Amino acid sequence: MKTPSTLNTPNTPNNSEFSEYNLMDEKTIKSPQNIVYQKPRLMNDIPMHYCPGCGHSIVHKLVAEILDEMGIEEKTIGVCPVGCAVFAYRYLDIDWIEAAHGRAPACASALKRLWPEHLVFTYQGDGDLACIGTGETIQTLNRGENITVIFINNAIYGMTGGQMAPTTLMGMKTSTCPYGRQADLHGFPLKISDIAATLEGTCYVTRQAENTVGNIARAKKAIRQAFENSLQGRGSSLVEIVSTCSAGWKMTPVQSNQWLAENMLPYYPLGDLKNIKD
Amino acid sequence: MQKDNDILLLKGNEAIAHAAIRYGYDGFFGYPITPQSEILETLALLKPWETTGMVVLQSESEVASINMIYAGGGSGKCVLTSSSSVGVSLMQEVIPYMAICEVPGLIVSVQRGGPGLGTIQPSQSDYRQATCGGGNGDYHTIVLAPCSVQESCNMVGLAKELMMKWRTPVIILSDGSIGQMMEKCILPPYTPRRTDEEIRRQCPWATNGLGLKGRKPNVMTSLELDQALMEKRNRELQKKYARIQQEEVRAEHYHTEDAETLIVAFGSAARISMGAIDNLRQQGHKVGLLRPVTLWPFPEKEILELASRMKRIVVVELNEGQMLRDVQWASQFRCPIEFIGHSGGVIITPDEITRKISEMGKL
Repeated sequence: MKTPSTLNTPNTPNNSEFSEYNLMDEKTIKSPQNIVYQKPRLMNDIPMHYCPGCGHSIVHKLVAEILDEMGIEEKTIGVCPVGCAVFAYRYLDIDWIEAAHGRAPACASALKRLWPEHLVFTYQGDGDLACIGTGETIQTLNRGENITVIFINNAIYGMTGGQMAPTTLMGMKTSTCPYGRQADLHGFPLKISDIAATLEGTCYVTRQAENTVGNIARAKKAIRQAFENSLQGRGSSLVEIVSTCSAGWKMTPVQSNQWLAENMLPYYPLGDLKNIKD
Repeated sequence: MQKDNDILLLKGNEAIAHAAIRYGYDGFFGYPITPQSEILETLALLKPWETTGMVVLQSESEVASINMIYAGGGSGKCVLTSSSSVGVSLMQEVIPYMAICEVPGLIVSVQRGGPGLGTIQPSQSDYRQATCGGGNGDYHTIVLAPCSVQESCNMVGLAKELMMKWRTPVIILSDGSIGQMMEKCILPPYTPRRTDEEIRRQCPWATNGLGLKGRKPNVMTSLELDQALMEKRNRELQKKYARIQQEEVRAEHYHTEDAETLIVAFGSAARISMGAIDNLRQQGHKVGLLRPVTLWPFPEKEILELASRMKRIVVVELNEGQMLRDVQWASQFRCPIEFIGHSGGVIITPDEITRKISEMGKL
């Protein structure tokens, strides 16, 4: 473990009281050369409404970091969904339009056509994107609109209290399939990204997760590539992120991460479903 | 190169398409439905994206169209959509979002007979859908009712002015007969589309990222979980509506000076009624017409004033009596009120109006 004296401490006044430990004052600690991690500049400093262990806050952070790194917040428009991420606009300091349930891709289509130089992205959950908004999703991706769709798949309706989603796994219990999802009653979990990959209009369809540090790093890379595709007009990009909903799944955050790895990933395997780079 | 002030023989629908380009609209988003498909078809043929830069997109549904208008208007662009009755029903999902978020946008509603799929013939049976909301919540849209091809064209310009001035959705309530009939139309000169800089200056509320580093982020949202805040937003909206009712009422008079019988009719019913009035006047009946040009705000004061000096009011509509209720209410029943109408796509004739008013006898 590093001792304080091994850190870079320029212009630290020689304070005899603390000289034994060579402690730094707050200003020195916060000097740019000492910062190894911080809240992204584009994230608001307010409490989030997300439950402990929720995947949304992680993905919000990734989006904020990427927009900051790309330096494009003055030509970015985000479209929020209806669902838990309805309040995304509270946390990311960019211009947002909140769409009606499922309609974010339609909103984004118009925005991108009217502002062709802008980055336009939607941020949607599974109920929003793969159920009520299936029509808008498929049509937008099939038109090859130069937008990015960030798709959080946690296999449940979180905001309304844990009802069955189009992506709910077979046998999985929710408040509207309390005995577990059954094919004869509820049909099958929808792999909408697999459908998206077959559409001529998409250039990049990938499935990522946020349950481990490594997966978060890969998810960030994927979102960055999608944003670049959108700016360069390569077609539609869809980044599915398999996520946890510990409150909806009725598990602890740690259990959720394990459950995701053991149950979600076998049905929703990670990796690129399509990646056309030119 | 087209000349300014071109004079063309156009359908009402085609005139709306030409007008949208010439008045400097930034985008049209629409889905085919009879009897208004010529708007999208004409725009596709005219290719304004190559000249003015106006975007034209055939959407996947009317639900998508209205969301496109919501987002486009919310980002400060001047955009429109068009549809007909059942299609406009689908749009009701998002018109309330536009109202509460104060998003400008034009919805052209070319009515056909209903309810449901109904007919493709002209009707005015969506008066209530347009003027009484149609979507959820306490809101209004400004509703303009053209009665000719020329007025259809002009109202696209007026709608742009009103929607940007009041930050509100505006409906042009046309119908299958105004949309399909051909008349001479003097098209307006080209107004350039606004530059990004002009949009940034004129629409500081818009969600387009422009100048973000020097301001707080802009957010379009109708969601307000705190009920007291939601009521506050509602009350602000109502204040705006009160001002619109003060300032934007428009109505046209035809032979009302000496009239004893007043016809109140809008759009194509007003046009047909004018023919009946000419017949009735030749027969010695003193009949006049008040034509509400704005259906919301409604010309309540003018109707009250006219009702006070009329012997009879006859409301003529291509429906089963929708504006009739507004006329009864506005007139405070200061004179007897009769109704003549047809619905389901059946068009009334001047002769029928003439005969029915003659039969009503002297008062």
